[in-house]
Order: sequence, then structure tokens, then C-alpha cells
Amino acid sequence: MSRVVHIATNTFREAVRDRVLYNLIAYAVLLSGAAILVGQISIEIERLIVVNLGLTAVSLFGVVIAIFIGIGLVSKEIEKRTLYTVLSRPVRRWEFLVGKFLGLTGTLVVNTFFMAIGVFLALLYVSHGFQSSDGWILVALYFIVLQFLILCSLALLFSSFSSPLLSAVFTFALFVIGSFAEDLRGFAGMSRGLSRWLATAAAYLVPNFSALNVIGQVAHGQPIAGQLIAYNTAYALAYSVMVIAGAVLIFERRNLK
Amino acid sequence: MSGSRKVTAVASVVLLTSLAASVFLLRRLDQVHPSATLEEVLYFNSPKWVKRLSLGYDGLLADIYWTRAVQYFGGKHRAGATDYKLLYPLLEITTALDPKLIVAYQFGANFLAPKAPEGAGMPDKAITLVNYGIQNNPNEWKLYYELGFIYYMDLKDYRKAADAFDRGTKAPNAHPFLRLLAAQMAEHAGEIQTARMLWQATYVSSQDKHIRANATTHLAALQVDEDITELEKIVAAYRERTGKPPSSYTQLIATGMLRGVPVDPDGNPYRLMGDGRIELRNPENFPFVAKGLPPGYKPGPPKFR
Repeated sequence: MSRVVHIATNTFREAVRDRVLYNLIAYAVLLSGAAILVGQISIEIERLIVVNLGLTAVSLFGVVIAIFIGIGLVSKEIEKRTLYTVLSRPVRRWEFLVGKFLGLTGTLVVNTFFMAIGVFLALLYVSHGFQSSDGWILVALYFIVLQFLILCSLALLFSSFSSPLLSAVFTFALFVIGSFAEDLRGFAGMSRGLSRWLATAAAYLVPNFSALNVIGQVAHGQPIAGQLIAYNTAYALAYSVMVIAGAVLIFERRNLK
Repeated sequence: MSGSRKVTAVASVVLLTSLAASVFLLRRLDQVHPSATLEEVLYFNSPKWVKRLSLGYDGLLADIYWTRAVQYFGGKHRAGATDYKLLYPLLEITTALDPKLIVAYQFGANFLAPKAPEGAGMPDKAITLVNYGIQNNPNEWKLYYELGFIYYMDLKDYRKAADAFDRGTKAPNAHPFLRLLAAQMAEHAGEIQTARMLWQATYVSSQDKHIRANATTHLAALQVDEDITELEKIVAAYRERTGKPPSSYTQLIATGMLRGVPVDPDGNPYRLMGDGRIELRNPENFPFVAKGLPPGYKPGPPKFR
């Protein structure tokens, strides 16, 4: 277990040292600033714009970070030949993968934490105070982190057998498909025969990001059901574990010579 | 068991277990999440914006939007809905993305024009859609036919219907029946015979099984309406002669007013009610009839033949 923690810590450090990460955080803060500006030139929807734009920025920048760092987690190590050094020590391949996943997830949690501060500061600026319904924004942020969990695992899966470019394409494609997962299940429900089965299988296999998106709801101060929080948490964990298990299966058999 | 095999076995078990768990949780999520389902969401409602955002891939996007329109209408129709608020915007976007998609005008107009539950009950929107189609495809005779059809069937504007059919005759490769329809419309608008001719024209001009089923169902309904109108006349004549309505068809047959027990297009005898009314035995099989329905009968979603 300590080996996994060591790899995770190193992954986190490496990501923090990465200048791209800092640039993205700075850009997210700038975007929150832009939200304030837009809020000032619009009528009666300043708070709405800050929440919508702020949370969307948190989500989008996190997605970009998850994809672009996630896809290089394994391939970069192979390219730099550092993977051989790591695996020549008493470190199992699955430990390496799980450590990488936890490291990237940790990076994103920290990243989201700072972005969230930006969102709340912007909100404080335009509303001159907080409302009790603003607490739901934390739930939306939590769901965004769950979204990152799934994305990191997917990026890691593709990184374990594919090139960085293809991994980025695959992960981004799954992110887009997953965002329309409910439509996909809607189509599956209306199909008939074999196509219904195939569409249903595909709909359940792709990640479901739509249930994790409650930005619009919290922007209007609407509460989030406790059941939804519980099921989303369990779903994101189950899906990530499934994908990482798939990555482990592939990576265990991969010829690294 | 070697270390690698052990890891493989454990990872396989974990993968399958978590897959099952994620499917189960997704099903539960569907129940608790106030989902933005296909029926409720139109991500962009401006055709111009959708066209700009398509980045030149407007053909493919039109196909996707057309599929959404079909699924939206089909899903709502099956559920017996009366509100189709997204139907016209979906069709508008589809045809803005691909103005040459004739099928979207044809089917779209058929979805929009008829009254609920058969359709969306928006004949004006249907006419706007078809006129947009004609504007972009002036040589497509089928669109003039659709336009005339809506004017005739849904708006009962026989003059405009005749005009649309007449305009259609001038399109290249126009089907010969358009000329017949234009003439029939001018002379016998509003008659069952004319409506029958229109549905027969619909049947022969399309290869699509749904359109044909719809036409067949309407033709059966027209037959029922015609039969019952005739039977009502016979019952009225009997009542005039005897001073009371017939209690059975036997009395009508005995007086020579009927040759046998009259049957509907499915072969089931029409019911002769105590007060002399004629009713269908299975009204649910004839969703478009105007006559023969029991008092207070509420039709369900149409069943096509």
C-alpha cells in the first residue's frame, strides 16, 4: 500500500511541477473574473452567470487537465524509460497504475479546491453575501470531482495501451458521448430488436456524465436529492474501479520490452 | 498460481463486479435523477445557430436532428401525448440544416398537422414547413401534394387545396393523379369520395410501410363512415314507415331494406342499438372514424393496420 501512496505522491508532485497545470488554474481564475464582468453588464442574472460560468469553467478546465495529464501517465513513463526503473523495484504493475490514478485524482481535487475558492469569491463579490442555497454549489463541485474520477480512469485505461494522441481522442470522445448518455438510453429505449439490445449495451457501457451535471440546478438554488448524491458517488466509484481493473488487465499482459 | 495470474484473476473479478454494480446504479440513477430526457431538451433552438455550430457538417447534423424529431414524435405518440412542443423546432432545425431533406417535410407535415392524439394538431406550422420545403425544392411535386392534403384534410380549405394540387401539376415528373385531384377538389370538395381518392393517392405514391398503414387505416375509417351514414338513412326510413326504430337487422332484412347483416371492414357486424343508432363493435380498431362511436368514447393512440 505504501508503494501505491509513493507513486501517487510522485504523480501529484510531477503534476504540480507542470507549468501547464498552473497556467490552467490561472486561466480559470481569470474566467471567474470574466464572470464578474459579465454579471455587471447583464440584468438580474449576475449570480446565475457567476455560478454557471464558474462551475462550467471548473468542469471544463478539469476535464482538459484530466485528459491531457491522464493520457501521458503511462506512455510518458515508457517514453522516458522511467517505467523500467520503477518496475525493476518491488513495485507491481497494478500498484503503478493505481498509484498513478490516485496521484492524478489528488491533483484534480486540489485543483478543483482552488477553482472553487475562485467561484465562491466571485459569488461573494456579486451577491455581497452567501445564501443558504449556495451550499448546493459544493454538491455540484463534488459531482464535478466524481466526473474527473471517471475521466482519469478512462485516460489511464487508454494510456495503458495506446499512444497519447489516440488516448486523448478516445477519452474526449467518451466524455462527449457520456455527456449525452441519457439521450443514448432514450434512443435505445425506442429501438427494436437487436438494435435495441446493442444500443442498450452501449448506453450502459459508456460513462454517464449527465447525472453528474447539476450546474443548472444549483445555479437556480434548487436542492439536490440525497439519493442522487449517494447513487452518483457509488456509480462513479464503481465505474472508475471497473475501468482501472480493465487497465490493470491490459497492462499486466503488455509487453514492455 | 503465479503473481501475474493472481492479479489477472482478481482484476477480472473486480471488473465484472464493478460493471454489474455500475449498471445497477445507473438504473437507480435513472429513477432518482430528474433527467433531461430526449423529450424535454432542445440544446439549441435557433436553426441559424445550429447551422453555424455544425462547422459544415450540416448534412450529418440534419440526419441526427431528423432522427431526434422522429424519436420525439414516436415516443410521445406512443404515450398518447397531446403536447408536442419541441416537434416544430426540431423539424425547423432539421430542414434549416438540410433544406433538401424532402422526407422531413413529408413526414414532418404528417406529424404536425393532424389533431391529437393522431398528430400534434399544428396545421399552420405544417403549412409553414411545407412552404419552406417548396421554396427550397420548387420542382418536388410531393410537397405540393402534402400542402394540398393539409389544406383539405386538416383546414378544410378546399380552394387552397385545389390551388396546391394545381401548382403541383406544373412540377416536372408530377404524378398524374395530381391533375385528377385538382379537378376533383374543384367539383366535389368535402365529399367522402374525394377524401377516399386522396388517401388512395397517398397509398400509391409512397413505398413507406408507415405511410401506407396510415392510408389504409384512414380508408377503412372512411368506409365505416360511409356505411354508417347509409345505415342511418335506412333506419330513419324504417322508423318513418313503422313509427319506431328497428330492434334488429332481421326486421330490416324482412322488409327488404337490407340484404344482410352489415359488417365493418374487419368483418364484424355493426351494432344496432335500441334507439336506432349504429355503433362499431370494436371502435379502437378504427381510430379515425367520425361515426359509430359509443357515447362518451375516448379514443386511445391510433392503431395502424
